[in-house]
Amino acid sequence: MFKIVRRTELNPTVTRIEIASPLIAAKAKPGQFVILRASENGERIPLTVAATDKEAGTVSVIFQIVGETTMLLNELKEGDFLPDLVGPLGKPTELEGIKKAAVVGGGVGCAIAYPVAKALHDRGAEVHSIVGFRSKELVILEEEFRAASDKYVLMSDDGTAGEKGLVTDALKKLIEAGEEYDEVIAIGPLIMMKFVCALTKEYGIKTLVSMNPIMIDGTGMCGCCRLTVGGEMKFACVDGPDFDGHLVDFDEAMARSAAYREYEQKRRDGHCNLLKEAR
Amino acid sequence: MANMISEKHPMPTQDAKVRARNFKEVALGYDEATAVAEAERCLNCKNKPCVGGCPVNIQIPDFISKIKEGDYEGAYQVISLSSSLPAVCGRVCPQENQCEKYCVRGIKGESVGIGRLERFAADYHAESGAPQQAAPASNGHKAAVVGSGPAGLTCAGELAKLGYSVSVFEALHVPGGVLVYGIPEFRLPKSIVAREVEGLKALGVEIVTDMVIGKTLSVDELFEQGFEAVFIGSGAGLPMFMHIPGENLVGVCSANEFLTRVNLMKAYEEDSQTPVQRARNVAVVGGGNVAMDAARSALRLGAENVYIVYRRSMEELPARREEVEHAGEEGVQFRLLCNPVELLSDDKGAVKALRCVKMELGEPDESGRRRPVPVEGSEFEIEADCVIMSLGTSPNPLIKSTTEGLETNRRGCLIADEETGATSREGVFAGGDAVTGSATVILAMGAGKKAAAAIDEYIKAKAEA
Repeated sequence: MFKIVRRTELNPTVTRIEIASPLIAAKAKPGQFVILRASENGERIPLTVAATDKEAGTVSVIFQIVGETTMLLNELKEGDFLPDLVGPLGKPTELEGIKKAAVVGGGVGCAIAYPVAKALHDRGAEVHSIVGFRSKELVILEEEFRAASDKYVLMSDDGTAGEKGLVTDALKKLIEAGEEYDEVIAIGPLIMMKFVCALTKEYGIKTLVSMNPIMIDGTGMCGCCRLTVGGEMKFACVDGPDFDGHLVDFDEAMARSAAYREYEQKRRDGHCNLLKEAR
Repeated sequence: MANMISEKHPMPTQDAKVRARNFKEVALGYDEATAVAEAERCLNCKNKPCVGGCPVNIQIPDFISKIKEGDYEGAYQVISLSSSLPAVCGRVCPQENQCEKYCVRGIKGESVGIGRLERFAADYHAESGAPQQAAPASNGHKAAVVGSGPAGLTCAGELAKLGYSVSVFEALHVPGGVLVYGIPEFRLPKSIVAREVEGLKALGVEIVTDMVIGKTLSVDELFEQGFEAVFIGSGAGLPMFMHIPGENLVGVCSANEFLTRVNLMKAYEEDSQTPVQRARNVAVVGGGNVAMDAARSALRLGAENVYIVYRRSMEELPARREEVEHAGEEGVQFRLLCNPVELLSDDKGAVKALRCVKMELGEPDESGRRRPVPVEGSEFEIEADCVIMSLGTSPNPLIKSTTEGLETNRRGCLIADEETGATSREGVFAGGDAVTGSATVILAMGAGKKAAAAIDEYIKAKAEA
C-alpha cells in the first residue's frame, strides 16, 4: 500500500499526487515511469515520474483525467492509499553531453518535459522551454518551467495564454533566429511529437521523444507497448520510453494508442453515471 | 490384485458446449470411488520407473498406495515431501511425457492416471481443511528469491522447509507468475494458486509484490541487505513475433498480452477495468499449450470462429494432446500446414485478415521435426479481426542488464549449471524459463528444487568456512 501524501489540482483536468515510496524515490531518474493501480481489481497504468524527493521518500506523478482509472485516481484524497506502485521502470533520459537544448512540451506532456528541463538546467545546460496548451486555464507548471529555463515560450491554441499558435511555430522561429540546439526533446501528444520531429528533421537536429503507449505489466513481458523505430520492433517499457524521434513510426503509434478508445469512453461514461447516482 | 482394466478412468469434465462459454474449470476431478479404483490399477512396481520421469521425484507408488488404503491425507503428505505445488502439478503437468510415460501399465494399454490422482490428493487435502504445515525452526540464514512463478515458489518452499528465512520478490501485484498471468482459470483456478501461496506463507515465506529486481532493487542490494544467496526465477520475457508486415496493426497482440489481460487482469469479468478485445474471428498463430490457452480463452470471450494457425501438421503440434482435444471439442478450428505471410489492414489501421501460404513437410530439420516448406502459389486469406501471436518468448531482459557478472547465452538466457542452478556469479542461482526459455511448469519446479538444495549447501559451506 502506498500513501498519497499530497494532492494538488494543477488545472481542471490535471492533478499531481505525491506518493510515499522511499525505494522508488531513491532510484527514479528523469524519463522513467511507474505503474500503478488506483483500486483493487483496477487496471495497471503507466505514468512518468514528474519529480522525486529522496529525503521525504516520495515520488510525484501528474496525470490527466482520460479514462476510468485516472478518474478513480483523481477521487483519492491525501492520506488515501494506492494498492500498487511499481518502478522505476524504463530507461532514464540520456542527457549526457547536451549543452543547449530545446525542451518542447504539449499539454499534460509538460509534466514529463519539466523534470527533463530541470535536470538539464541543473547540469548547467542552456534550456529553452517551449510549452503549448489549448487555452489559459490548462497551463501547468509555468513557474517551475521559468525557473529551470533560460528562455520560456508559452503557446496556446486560442491565444488566451502566451502567443497564439503551435509549439512547432515557436520552435521554428527560434531555429530560424539562429538558435543552435544540440538536441530537441519533445514530450506531448503523439501528433505534436510527430510534427516537432518533421520540423527538426528538416534542420537536422537530433530529437528525442518520450513514448507513452498502452502497457500492462511494464516490465518486458506482454509486448503491448511495441513500436516501430527505425523499421525495427521496440518495446517502450524496456527499450524506451525515450526514442530517436526521427525514427519513430508515429502514425502506427497513433492507431495503436486508440485501440481501446471506445471502451475507455464507455467506462468513463459509466463511471460518471455512477457518480451522479451516488449524489 | 491390481485392477487390470486397460484404460484410465476418464476425467469427468464440464460439457464441451457449456464450458466453451464459461471460465470455470474444465476438468472436475475424480470422486473418492474413482480415485481408489484408478489407484488400484497401479502395480506398485519395485523399480518405480515413474519416479524417474518426475522432475521433482515424487514417490508415486507410495502416494498411490495411500489412496488405495483410503488414506488420502497421507497421500498428500507423501507428495508434499517432494513437491511444493501438488494441486498445480496435478492439473498442468504434461504427465504423458513424464511419470506416465514410464508407467508399466502404459505398455499394454493406458498408464495409471498419476496426474489425476495427484490432483485428487491435493484437492482432498485442501477441502478437508487440514492445517497448513507450520514454519520450522529458523536456521538463522536468509535467502532471496526473484520471481514467484513455479521455479521461485518451489525454491522458496524448499528453503523454508530447511529453516531459511526466505523473501520472494514479485514484479506484478499478485504472486504466482505464469500460474496467474498465463494459465487460464478454466485450466488452473486462481484460488488454487492463492492457496499454494498461502501454504508457503504459513511456512514463513515472505512475499513482496510490486518489486522489480533489477529496477527497484538490484541483486547487489539484496546481498547488501543480508541475503546470503539469490535465486533468479524471473521467467519468460518479451514475446516473439514473426516480423511480417502488419504485426503492429490494432487487433494484433501477443499471447502474453492477451492472456495477461484475461487471466491476471480478469478482463473477462463484466466489471473489469482492463479491456480485452472481444473479436468475432480470432486467429491464434502457433501450436503450443499457450496457443491452446489463448484460443480457448478467445472462444469463452464470445468469438464465433477461433482458428489455430500452425505451419506443421497435427502430428508435430507441440501442445499436450489433452489440450488439443479439449480445444477441438470446444470448437477451436485447426488451420494446419498454413503459415501467415502478412496481416492485412482495414481502412482504420485494424487487422482484418491474415494472408497465409500453404505448407508441406519436407526433410527433418535440426529439431528432428519435418521442416515445413511453403507451397508456391498457394496463398489464401483467413478473415480475422483479432490475431494472437503465440510463438514463444525470450527471457526477461531486466536482471541481466542490471546485474554485473551474470552471463547469458546468445538467446539472452541466463547460463546456469543444470544440476545446481549456479550462475557465473557467486551466490546467484537461477532456474526456470529465465534459464531455459519457454518450457513447462514442472521443469521450472524441478530447477527451483535443485537450486534450493544447492543454495543450502552453498550457505552452509560458507558458514562453516
